Amino acid sequence: MNSIILSAATRIVTPLMVAFSIFILLRGHNEPGGGFIGGLVAATAFALYAKAMGVPATLRALSLSPPTIAVVGLAMSTLAGLWGLVQSGVLLKGLWPLLTTADDGSKAGLPIGSVLVFDVGVYLVVVGSVLSILFALEADVAEENEGED
Amino acid sequence: MLLTLCLVVPLATFVVSFAVRRNADLQRSVSIAGSALLLLASLALGAQVVANGPVAAQMGGWPAPFGITLVADLLSAAMVVITGIIALAVSVYGLGDVDRDAERLGHHTLLHALLLGVTGAFLAGDLFNLYVWFEVMVIASFGLLGLGSRGDQIDGTVKYVALNLIATLAFLSGVGLLYGATGTLNMADLHQVVPTLENPVIVLTTAAMFLFAFGAKAALFPVFFWLPASYHTPSVTVSAVFAALLTKVGVYALIRVFTLVYDASTLPLIQNLLLWSASLTMLTGVLGAAAQNDIRRILSFHIISQIGYMILGLAVFTPLALVGAIFYILHHIVVKANLFLVGGVVRKLTGSEELGHIGGLWARTPWLGVLFLIPALSLAGIPPLSGFWAKLVIVKASLDAAYYIPAFLALLVGLLTVFSMSKIWLEAFWKPHPQPDAAATMTLSRAERWSLLTPIVALALITVAIGLIAGPFYGVSVVAAEQLLDPHAYVGAVLGENR
Repeated sequence: MNSIILSAATRIVTPLMVAFSIFILLRGHNEPGGGFIGGLVAATAFALYAKAMGVPATLRALSLSPPTIAVVGLAMSTLAGLWGLVQSGVLLKGLWPLLTTADDGSKAGLPIGSVLVFDVGVYLVVVGSVLSILFALEADVAEENEGED
Repeated sequence: MLLTLCLVVPLATFVVSFAVRRNADLQRSVSIAGSALLLLASLALGAQVVANGPVAAQMGGWPAPFGITLVADLLSAAMVVITGIIALAVSVYGLGDVDRDAERLGHHTLLHALLLGVTGAFLAGDLFNLYVWFEVMVIASFGLLGLGSRGDQIDGTVKYVALNLIATLAFLSGVGLLYGATGTLNMADLHQVVPTLENPVIVLTTAAMFLFAFGAKAALFPVFFWLPASYHTPSVTVSAVFAALLTKVGVYALIRVFTLVYDASTLPLIQNLLLWSASLTMLTGVLGAAAQNDIRRILSFHIISQIGYMILGLAVFTPLALVGAIFYILHHIVVKANLFLVGGVVRKLTGSEELGHIGGLWARTPWLGVLFLIPALSLAGIPPLSGFWAKLVIVKASLDAAYYIPAFLALLVGLLTVFSMSKIWLEAFWKPHPQPDAAATMTLSRAERWSLLTPIVALALITVAIGLIAGPFYGVSVVAAEQLLDPHAYVGAVLGENR
């Protein structure tokens, strides 16, 4: 789409939306949010970018093709699940290697573990698959428009 | 551990086959290795369940009924084993059948996504996860159906998508209502909670929603039309997987829900609907097949007709009838997949699936005739092949329970099945090819011969084995039916000491 207002606004709004989506992803650990909804927000950001700058520019900005992003995410989630299986014998068991629990029950360290890896995987699956579908549809529309010209 | 392995293997194969998609040979090897591992894992699971009874695993260590539970009783385990067999058969067959374009567009990746969904649905311990696995399966099958984007494929896919979305919506609404009424979706927990519900309306409403949703997935009368519209359009490999597994997941879900969650014998309306729907499914399927002249279309209508037998077994709801339904599913998956695979070879040797345009195969390749006759006669129920025992048990159970009209229909439909099979036989094998010169040039290369015929021979041997040594297979069905009618062991495995 050829609009100065849209492309100028997109330059500001897209980074904000991506940053917000990551905030939602991390917040989802204990509060409403998480990988799925965060991934949808990020996909919306790139969809906006694609509307303003075109699909080829968005693909360059992403540097990985959307299906690859989705499968990388799926691999991350699978590995996060297998981590629990290998270490504790239960698939998808939550593990926090950087977290230590003191004798009085208080916890110290960083709450980064298999759950976060899993959620980042979900985030990437959602971004990748939504953008795959969206760009495929955009490609069809572009072909039809060329036919009309 | 084995339960998780049966899901992790197809999931890992899915990821790896995508990662190596630029190397066609490597991707094929990954696909076959994944299927072989799935078969091994499923056989190990089957052996464990036969030895120790139902097994369950709690994902993430959250106890049932709060977490995600995987559970396998003998029915689930048998279904997973047969999924493994079909997976390996079609992966090998695909080497000689699936074209390079479809492979590049993701045939192998989607095939393993489909297997993941099917296995997951068989092992799911709660209704919501059953829904999720249905979605995985359905989305993968949309992709497989549409690969190549030919006009008739898109037409078939749209019809398939439309009815499946409506069915899925009904399923999800039913899940929501049931959760609102009971506060749990774990099937073992529901088994204990649903009989205590005081509101009969909510029980009947949710049961009817599940009946519609699973009925549509299983292609029951009157919601079967998506199946013959779509099954003849993708590659033969994909048709064979669909024919073997997709509708059977619907049948499995019906059997599971109406034995474990609801007791079908306490819901006379549901039982009558199942009974008449099953009878009409048998009849319309076989009559539809009689009107077709394309091998895969004939076989597609026969899937519908055969689904009727399985659901008849569920509707009659005596121990013997459930044994018959389970035996029928196990026999049918092998036979039906094999018929589609043979149909693919017929097309390669004659250039078409349209019966008017082909012929002369008996003179050229009598071995293919034998390989066709084994599953075809088994499908029609000719002794001593597997279909005979399956039909015998279902008809006997219906007669014992005084359901004379469905039993009569079951016999009549068997006769009409012979008619359809002999039509394919007469047209494709017996009569001369209309263009013998063109047909003589169509042969299988050495590599094609191996990849196409090995699975067909293996599946035919399984059919003969089920027919000649029916005892062990019948024994498995008996134990599986006992576990369905008395799910104490299942509930115990899932809920443990939380009962």
